[in-house]
Amino acid sequence: MKKCFLIPLLAIALSFNAISKVPQNDIDLRSKEIGKSLRCVVCQNQSIEDSDAPLASDMRQIVKKRILEGDTNDEIINYMRRQYGDFVLLKPPFQKNTLALWILPFMLIVASGAWFFKAKK
Amino acid sequence: MIRSLIPLFALLIVSIIFAVGLTKDPRSIPSQLINQKFPSFSLSELNDAENIITEKDLLNKVSLVNVFGSWCAACITEHPFLMGISDKENINLIGMNWRDDRTKAINWLNYYGDPYDKIIYDDESTLAIQLGVTGAPESFIIDFQGQIRYKHVGIINKKIWEKDILPVINSINMI
Repeated sequence: MKKCFLIPLLAIALSFNAISKVPQNDIDLRSKEIGKSLRCVVCQNQSIEDSDAPLASDMRQIVKKRILEGDTNDEIINYMRRQYGDFVLLKPPFQKNTLALWILPFMLIVASGAWFFKAKK
Repeated sequence: MIRSLIPLFALLIVSIIFAVGLTKDPRSIPSQLINQKFPSFSLSELNDAENIITEKDLLNKVSLVNVFGSWCAACITEHPFLMGISDKENINLIGMNWRDDRTKAINWLNYYGDPYDKIIYDDESTLAIQLGVTGAPESFIIDFQGQIRYKHVGIINKKIWEKDILPVINSINMI
């Protein structure tokens, strides 16, 4: 008789386990990581992880929800990017309109190095 | 002689880059959603929590979805204009009550008047984030097929209505 009780209990326990496949610790870590790379669109240069703005907190909730639904980090970031554009990314992506931004510093180093050694001679 | 002019040229180029770059506003986010389907949603009506509104309520008419909240000061400025077009214009005026408290919002509408045909209650930004909303007021024009055709950030007044919004509505109605 006791065993009859245990079986449904076990089934419930197992089903809970199946629902939360992603461990809580993992969710927190990942949502932090994603939150740090997303801009709070109503603040001055803050990530949604750092911001107390209501919209940022709602965005954090959506990030968590999507992690639970099994989305990868990139999928979640791309989801936000679909609505808010590149502006939502704190780190500018490497693409055509940001080429100068990424390449210019290296070109400057090379150019100034060349100029420096030439001047030394 | 020419060599000594190089720094001057460099400065000129940098000045031009800054003159163009720094006058652009990175905050004016271009709507990613123009000519896309209005996101699917299922949220309650502000005045009746039992009544669920979905994206299907936007089909087969031209809709103006207006994001507002009782906390939003600019919305008070915009409100009389919406009251004015609500009976005059043949448009499905949908309110989107964003991050608000149900009672406060209803009181606000009782005080200032209710121009809306339906009001979506979005207290957790579920729809707002899907629409890339960053502030209120913000308005979207949706065509018969439920596609977003235009987004306006900030208040709508007579001038903006006639210059930016009416042409979009007319172009939809012509087809």
